[in-house]
Amino acid sequence: MFEAVIGLEIHLALRTGSKMFCGCAAESLGLLPNVNTCPVCLGLPGSLPVVNREAIEKALRFSLALNCQVPEVTQFHRKHYYYPDAPKNYQISQFDRPVGEHGFVELEAGRRIGVTRCHVEEDAGRSVHPPYAPYSLVDLNRAGAPLIEMVTEPDLRTPEEAREFLVKIRAIAQALDVSDASPEAGKMRADVNVSIRLPGEALGTKVEVKNLNSFKSVQNALAFEIKRQTDLLESGRSVLQETRGWNEGGQRTYSMRSKEETADYRYFPDPDLPPMRVAEKWLETVRAATPELPDAKRERYRELGLRAFDAGLIAFDVELATFFDRAVRVYEGEAQLLANWLNGDVAGHLNANDLALSRSKLSPENLASLLTLVDEGAISGKTAKDVLPLVIDGGDPKTIVEERGLKQITDLGAIEALVDAVIAANPAVVERVKENPKVINVLLGQVMKESRGKAKPDAVRELLNEKLG
Amino acid sequence: MMTAVEIGRQVASGRVRAQEIVRAALERAELTQVELNAFITIAHESALEQAEKIDERLAAGEDVGPLAGVPIVVKDNICTEGLRSTAASESLASFVPPYSATVVERLEQAGAVVVAKANLDEFGMGSSNENSAFGAVKNPWDTSRVPGGSSGGSAVAVATGVVPIALGTDTGGSVRQPGSFTGVIGFKPTYGRLSRYGVIAYASSLDQVGVLCRSAEDLALSMDVMAGHDPKDATSLAGVAPAFAKAVTGASDLTGVRVGLIEELTGEGNSAGVMAALELTCERLVQLGAELQQVSVPTARDGIPAYYLVAMAEASSNLARYDGMVYSSRTGEDRLGQADVMMKSRGSSLGPEVRRRILMGTYALSAGYYDAYYGKALKVRRLIAHEIERAFEEVDLLLTPTVPSVAYPLGEKVDDPLAMYLGDIDTCLANLVGIAAISVPAGFTAERLPCGVQFMAPALQDERLVGVTALLERHVGEKFAPLAPL
Ligand SMILES: [Zn+2]
Repeated sequence: MFEAVIGLEIHLALRTGSKMFCGCAAESLGLLPNVNTCPVCLGLPGSLPVVNREAIEKALRFSLALNCQVPEVTQFHRKHYYYPDAPKNYQISQFDRPVGEHGFVELEAGRRIGVTRCHVEEDAGRSVHPPYAPYSLVDLNRAGAPLIEMVTEPDLRTPEEAREFLVKIRAIAQALDVSDASPEAGKMRADVNVSIRLPGEALGTKVEVKNLNSFKSVQNALAFEIKRQTDLLESGRSVLQETRGWNEGGQRTYSMRSKEETADYRYFPDPDLPPMRVAEKWLETVRAATPELPDAKRERYRELGLRAFDAGLIAFDVELATFFDRAVRVYEGEAQLLANWLNGDVAGHLNANDLALSRSKLSPENLASLLTLVDEGAISGKTAKDVLPLVIDGGDPKTIVEERGLKQITDLGAIEALVDAVIAANPAVVERVKENPKVINVLLGQVMKESRGKAKPDAVRELLNEKLG
Repeated sequence: MMTAVEIGRQVASGRVRAQEIVRAALERAELTQVELNAFITIAHESALEQAEKIDERLAAGEDVGPLAGVPIVVKDNICTEGLRSTAASESLASFVPPYSATVVERLEQAGAVVVAKANLDEFGMGSSNENSAFGAVKNPWDTSRVPGGSSGGSAVAVATGVVPIALGTDTGGSVRQPGSFTGVIGFKPTYGRLSRYGVIAYASSLDQVGVLCRSAEDLALSMDVMAGHDPKDATSLAGVAPAFAKAVTGASDLTGVRVGLIEELTGEGNSAGVMAALELTCERLVQLGAELQQVSVPTARDGIPAYYLVAMAEASSNLARYDGMVYSSRTGEDRLGQADVMMKSRGSSLGPEVRRRILMGTYALSAGYYDAYYGKALKVRRLIAHEIERAFEEVDLLLTPTVPSVAYPLGEKVDDPLAMYLGDIDTCLANLVGIAAISVPAGFTAERLPCGVQFMAPALQDERLVGVTALLERHVGEKFAPLAPL
């Protein structure tokens, strides 16, 4: 049967203070049009670009994390195309001397996916087409913002693998503080190349699919394309080399343009930007400043005793990982318990309320203290679950338990009094226990009911056994 | 006509007011404009305003700087804040920059006052100043002839004594060639010596701001004020700039200095007048103690095609932004889509020579042609750089004519672009290699037209050129760079 051959081209918005070649802010979310601009990013006559070293440094950090080779000299080229939101009618990008080449990323199953290259470039502005207006408007706030473009080898084989790869890239970019890498916020975009072939045969005709703005769209678009191409070949027709778009509503790809219309970008070295030497010393400081990568994190969590699934889930979500690391520092119980709560009840509650962990008022310290109350026997696991929403809303577990009188009765004398009273009040049941020891649970239930749930069940059982055994 | 150094001293000492100097320069600019069309904008208001401020600051006891009250002219492809900067193009006819070029900023901080923006060949593309959307400039020595280009207006402003110092830009000879045609000094510093920030780009790897003036002292002063690293230009030289004024005062003679005449450029192809000027300069150099010898730069004559390929390729990219969306008026907007509007607007707002160069440059960078044209030009460029480096192992300075001819009649080469391009054969080498070069006045031909010769210095040794100019100036005396008739 046919197998799919998939390659990805991923754009990440770099998280830096300023734009790629000028002093304007890199982030212009929520600003009025064209206020975050200067002569350089407007491309005014006479203005000149100057490279933002922070952007290069972050791109180097990212390239190294993807196991790329970093060339001694990196250089910028101009890529020409005429469009009103490209103020110079060329984009400053990289061509044959990118910041990283020949890297790889390892998938869960151990397969290595080749990273062809990582390069840095400037973003374009935004064209706005007001409905029914006989004109278009251009907003250049985003023009010149720094981007990383990374291209993979055609090593991926399934839509699921493509998604796994994207999740991993997002985790790496977030962990390294290179990018917010959020497709929803437009900080991460992916285009895919996909073809199908019979295993072992030469590559088939490839189709590029653009406009994919979520990992789910990538997965769905790939599944659709693979099916479409398979149907074509199986019915004796051939696949056309073309660029297709993704229709999210209809969940289908559609033809945008054919190969014949591909542009000649007339790349040539930007004479305004001399080639940059990447000194070994510079690389060393970049390496030294590189935070722990998701793979290493997962390994560390495994060593803390976490199950593989939980370790991966937490390590590949920078928000969760940061939270977990802080909680684990103050929590003295088993780390797996913490993971259970985080990936179970906490996640469930947040999802149900459509709340991000970072936006909630839950602190790692409060979650740790809630779990500690359970460990110490101060409250039952059930009570902990009941009060979790209050803790997520910022409540301090100890205060909540105190104020609401939820503390378990740990005073054995008080429990014994209750047990004695229940034995005395239920002679018939006591008789039956002698024939069937399981009936002791009826008495246990009675005691718990009398204590309104606060008696520690273990202690009650022990006392009952002692007295009736 | 006082030098800039003299004006600065007189104004600073209160013997003359900046306003008087500037008013006189404005008046003379008007006269030059009527006769020769040297300017695109004469900045009456802003110039007088600035002069008044300088006088006030001096009255208050402030130090205004060494160029206090010195009127200057700036080529109109160099941005001046609040003052229209057109690059002599219809496409920028109404462009008023919100910022000044670093070189202008530095001159103004030293007290200089911009009195006019000079006419030029559109975007610096031309050698005769006939390719201007604002009309051709005329040569003051013979108004039927061209003043040279592309910095024709700047050269004329200095030659006729409107100002002692004018800024030009030199991509393949655009400061030196009009300097030679009008009888003034034209200096192109080492690439990166002067900031390109605010200079409307023609060919970024070749463009360099240059100075037109009539005395070595003024050249040195303006260079001392303008040179030095600019963080806004990534190609700006790091490190300390040479002390130019010292190169003038410290120059005594040329004893032991080896001057090499480039064989390939000092023989056939030069007019008799040019050869005579070259010989005259050689005599003077020998009298000053220099040792003359011949050197070879075998690939020198291939500089022209290499230069034009690189320049046109870069121009096709740099000028892509003039698409009618922002600066010029749009054409065909009512009926056409955006691509057509861009195309039509470019066609109607850019002049024929500019369009020719953009088309040729676009071709040179196109897929399938890149290696054969642009790639090959870069190879020739490296080869010439290597050959010139070798030549400087034998000599301290290189000497050639500035141009193979003197100023030619208006209209003579308008329809023969190749003949026009060949005029850059001597000058384009310094741009390709990135070294400093200067055109120094070398007398007049039989038809009473000025003629210059060109010196080139090894990498980064700009000050040597200022030194040799100072010595020739002293040697010749009064008649070194006489005022042109007006
Ligand atoms: Zn900006």
